[in-house]
Amino acid sequence: MLDKTLPLAEVAGKLESGMTIGIGGWGSRRKPMALVKEILRSDVTDLTVVAFGGPDVGLLARAGKIRKLVYGFVSLDSIPLDPNFTRARERGEIPETSEYDEGMFVAGLKAGANRLSFQPIRAGLGSDVMAMNPDLKTVRSPYDDEEYVAVPGLRLDVSLIHLNRADAAGNGQYLGPDPYFDDLFAMAADTTILSVEQIVSTDDLTAKAPPQTLLVPRIFVNHVVEAPGGAHFTSCDPDYGRDEEFQKSYVAAAKSDSDSDWTEFEERYL
Amino acid sequence: MTLQTISRADVCVAAVSDAFKGSGEVLAHAVGIVPAIGVRLAKATHTPELALSDGEAFMMAEAPPLLKTAAAGGVPEAWVPFRSIFDIVASGRRHSMMGASQIDRHGNQNISSIGDWRQPKRQLIGVRGAPGNTVNHRVDYWVAKHSARIFVDSVDVASGVGNDRAVGTAGRFHDLGVVVTNLAVFGYDENGLIKVNSIHPGVTPEELQEATGFPIDATDAPLTREPTEEELKIISAEDPKGLRHREVPES
Repeated sequence: MLDKTLPLAEVAGKLESGMTIGIGGWGSRRKPMALVKEILRSDVTDLTVVAFGGPDVGLLARAGKIRKLVYGFVSLDSIPLDPNFTRARERGEIPETSEYDEGMFVAGLKAGANRLSFQPIRAGLGSDVMAMNPDLKTVRSPYDDEEYVAVPGLRLDVSLIHLNRADAAGNGQYLGPDPYFDDLFAMAADTTILSVEQIVSTDDLTAKAPPQTLLVPRIFVNHVVEAPGGAHFTSCDPDYGRDEEFQKSYVAAAKSDSDSDWTEFEERYL
Repeated sequence: MTLQTISRADVCVAAVSDAFKGSGEVLAHAVGIVPAIGVRLAKATHTPELALSDGEAFMMAEAPPLLKTAAAGGVPEAWVPFRSIFDIVASGRRHSMMGASQIDRHGNQNISSIGDWRQPKRQLIGVRGAPGNTVNHRVDYWVAKHSARIFVDSVDVASGVGNDRAVGTAGRFHDLGVVVTNLAVFGYDENGLIKVNSIHPGVTPEELQEATGFPIDATDAPLTREPTEEELKIISAEDPKGLRHREVPES
């Protein structure tokens, strides 16, 4: 059997400055935090980050590693705003942003996954999303008078996603209530790095869970990293819920006027 | 004769419920405590076919405890992870009541940022699903703390599309309904401009104008109705801890 296992410490070696990186999960849910930490510890920078943002975006923004951010929102769910993200935006520390409607974001990923240059969607019309993204164009229907936003395909150099289980060949499985968009992230990327709570045998994947839980087939996965707790402090149901206390301490440190509080958090966390 | 004092929060919940009258068999999307109770009240009374969500990945035949997901109880009837939500939005079978950091008189809504979006004075959550919701299905707004900082002449970022911007394809399914606040219920006139539908008992027209950053006329506005005894029972059963009173304190 193919063995795509990769030690966590070798993840940063697969990344380069200037890359476009997709990050799976949603807000503060099943984010590949262990993989994000590897970026934070490395000298990789100048990234274009594509994400339904949560603390992954907050941490990368605070570290000054984001050149461009493509997002629909950035939220910690139980805490609506990520103070590291809001701070970076208010200080002008993210040089370029593409703020999309969430549905447009999904349309862009789908187009990227399907190797299409755009996908039409009604969302975005009439809103300031058009003004905030002057490069966005509309497309006229060849069948009637309708006009749609042509969301450009989002192609990613690398996607980072975290799931509950995988085999060593890279067949990935989610066991929680929502797959989010991790399969799309994998399909839209040239290289996908999948971290999981546990690497199991292929047999074990379907021994206790139905085959519909097999979200990402190995043909879209290049590296598998075993990282128990690898989504902490975001949720990774049913293995664990969000560490709300830890998230609160993240927010407190990020909000603090004293930089030493943040440094202290970073040292403890990283 | 009623001996019970009806709270402002309860009046707001009933107004939310009324907003969903006639919505039919669609997915109700409610942001905030009062809207979450309001859609449950609507389903329990006049619109039983309304579909509720647990705010996570399920449509619920019986709702979970307030602000909790299916994991905490209730009866799921369909699986609607986020990927399905965008398909439901595009299908139009949905009715949202969203929050707002700013609303202008045309019904443009902002939840993205305050100031110049290039380097905002205050970064908020981002546009989220507001652009897609407003061009695809009925959208109402809920404002728990009505103020002239929220009801402004012009929004800094149009996240939700207002009536003046809903032209061409953007206007095809555009349908702004009402804005329920802690002071009043707003609708839109034939020109698409915000008007007062009703003012809550205990609120004066002057007070309402003071809290609204553009001119409105509430002099002849009817009073928002009070919930019935039956409705009050349902409301307190859905919200036994009285979380709604924290979102809308008595003024």
